[in-house]
Amino acid sequence: MSLAHDSRITVRPAALAQRPARIWPEINHPAAWIVAVILLIMPLIANGFFLIEIFASTLILGTMALSLMFLAGYGGMVSLMQLTIAGFSAYMVAVFGVSGNANISLGWPWWLAVPMALALATAFGTLGGALAVRTEGIYTIMITLAIGAAFYYFTNQNWAIFNGHTGINTVATPHFWGVNWRADIPFYYIVLAVAALCYFAVEYLSRAPFGLALQGVRDNPRRMAALGFNVNAHRVAAYAFASFIAALAGVLQVWNYRQISPGSVSVGACIDVLIIAVVGGITRPIGPFIGALIFVLLRTFALDFLVRIGLDGNRFRFLIGLGFLAIVFWSSDGVIGLWQRWRQSRRPAANRPGGGHGHG
Amino acid sequence: MDSVAHRLSAVGAGAALELRGVTRLFGALAALTDVTITVRPGERRAVLGSNGAGKTTLFNCITGDFPPSSGTIRFFGEDVTHFPPYERIRRGLRRTYQISALFPGLTVQDNVYLACRGVSRGRFSFLRPGQNDALMHAADNLVQAVHLSAVKDQRVAELAHGQQRQLEIALALAGAPRFVLFDEPAAGLSPTERAELIEILTSLPAHIGYIIIEHDMDVALRVVESVTMMHNGRVFKEGVPQEIQSDPEVQELYLGGGHE
Repeated sequence: MSLAHDSRITVRPAALAQRPARIWPEINHPAAWIVAVILLIMPLIANGFFLIEIFASTLILGTMALSLMFLAGYGGMVSLMQLTIAGFSAYMVAVFGVSGNANISLGWPWWLAVPMALALATAFGTLGGALAVRTEGIYTIMITLAIGAAFYYFTNQNWAIFNGHTGINTVATPHFWGVNWRADIPFYYIVLAVAALCYFAVEYLSRAPFGLALQGVRDNPRRMAALGFNVNAHRVAAYAFASFIAALAGVLQVWNYRQISPGSVSVGACIDVLIIAVVGGITRPIGPFIGALIFVLLRTFALDFLVRIGLDGNRFRFLIGLGFLAIVFWSSDGVIGLWQRWRQSRRPAANRPGGGHGHG
Repeated sequence: MDSVAHRLSAVGAGAALELRGVTRLFGALAALTDVTITVRPGERRAVLGSNGAGKTTLFNCITGDFPPSSGTIRFFGEDVTHFPPYERIRRGLRRTYQISALFPGLTVQDNVYLACRGVSRGRFSFLRPGQNDALMHAADNLVQAVHLSAVKDQRVAELAHGQQRQLEIALALAGAPRFVLFDEPAAGLSPTERAELIEILTSLPAHIGYIIIEHDMDVALRVVESVTMMHNGRVFKEGVPQEIQSDPEVQELYLGGGHE
């Protein structure tokens, strides 16, 4: 019908105010540049232990938590299966690639095994998401936790593919161009590159139609449907994207430890990812990395600290639990929320931007 | 009237919106009973009735927020009874909500941009819109049409009530609407804002029809050419505004009943 053709609401052409182009993420803060430079020259200042055990671990965990931040912060979907997807991807790298368990591993080269692992883990996460989007709120948490728990018990009991509770050991890592990419410094740069890529992808997407629509689904799914959006399809697509990020982190994880076992995909570890994201803050993509840094520092150094004050060193989770409680009580948007409020309180009231919400 | 026009309307051809025998049950409660309404393209109609008359339920059935328990709904001749809401919206149906249903975490501009994006291609686009994006221009125009240019970069949560009501209307006018359902657009507006609302409604292009639910008779009867009175989930009376206003039964039921 021709009606549809000429029926756009036309008003006087808007005097287009100059809006900053939305093409690239805004990296205009001097602190962001300083952090970027420090991360790039890290191998010059940090020894191997700090480089891998602290910073690479932080970036890997941060990337997993970033996938949760994307779903929870932009989509309003709290998924507890992000670590499970990463673990599945790690298992697939070990199963398709080369490992010490020759009866299980197919021995594909890494450049075939990794795309396979990414594709399968993304499919796995998308499928889980397709189940989870039928539910809301607490039920989404329950169904994704159930998927995580089921996968944990399955890996424990399945010997044909997952090698039961012993897992798969001595997983091969890439060697090419004469470089051992699992040596400390090259591996650090691989991890940094992947984490940065994921970070900027999420940041960029938050202002693209797909990301904006996801935030619309978070705020008001019913209205989104009344604007012409297929809400469930959008949610499933968000799971697919987040699963791909988690799968990337899983590949790095298995290269880091060179082994994967059910202990790495336990229900406790699934919940750690939630804690990392919430402590750091789920409103911005930087939050999960801050949360991961706090988590890794506590995990690594709390033991010494606790022993020194005469407590059992294994109680580092106790400290994390206290920190989690404090954050949930005092700052629902995590450490970055605390920091933002502190900065605003130091500024004169007149200069405050309305809300300071940033990119959403 | 046994004309061709009558027969055509009997099969639904030519009607913008045609409801036949629409019934909606909530458990044992019938919110709508056997509602039959036909609206021409470009027709502007008010739906009146006291609280609980089924007006908003009628809107929810038309948009598909909840499907009718029985009956059929045709939109420009197409049977949309079992379509999900987004399929109806993409065909040119729009609605506003009685209680503003906006995206409080996003800016005014982003709210309107989403509305424009929802009825066009590229809903899943991973690319940010550039300076010369056509939909950004369309969103700018809409923001200006509802007088919100001054606050377009503010988050919706920070807007005054009247501004939120105006944004609510902007979201319903995105793209190429063919028929709009306005659910109490004047609720809570000041007299000045009401005048602006009337201006927006009366200046809509003539081919865009609408149904308006409105308790304020000054607003409702100035912007429509026909009226449907509802009572207890049924169509009680249909006619032009003057007939309805002077109908003794209607006055008894609605206009007299506590209305100033």
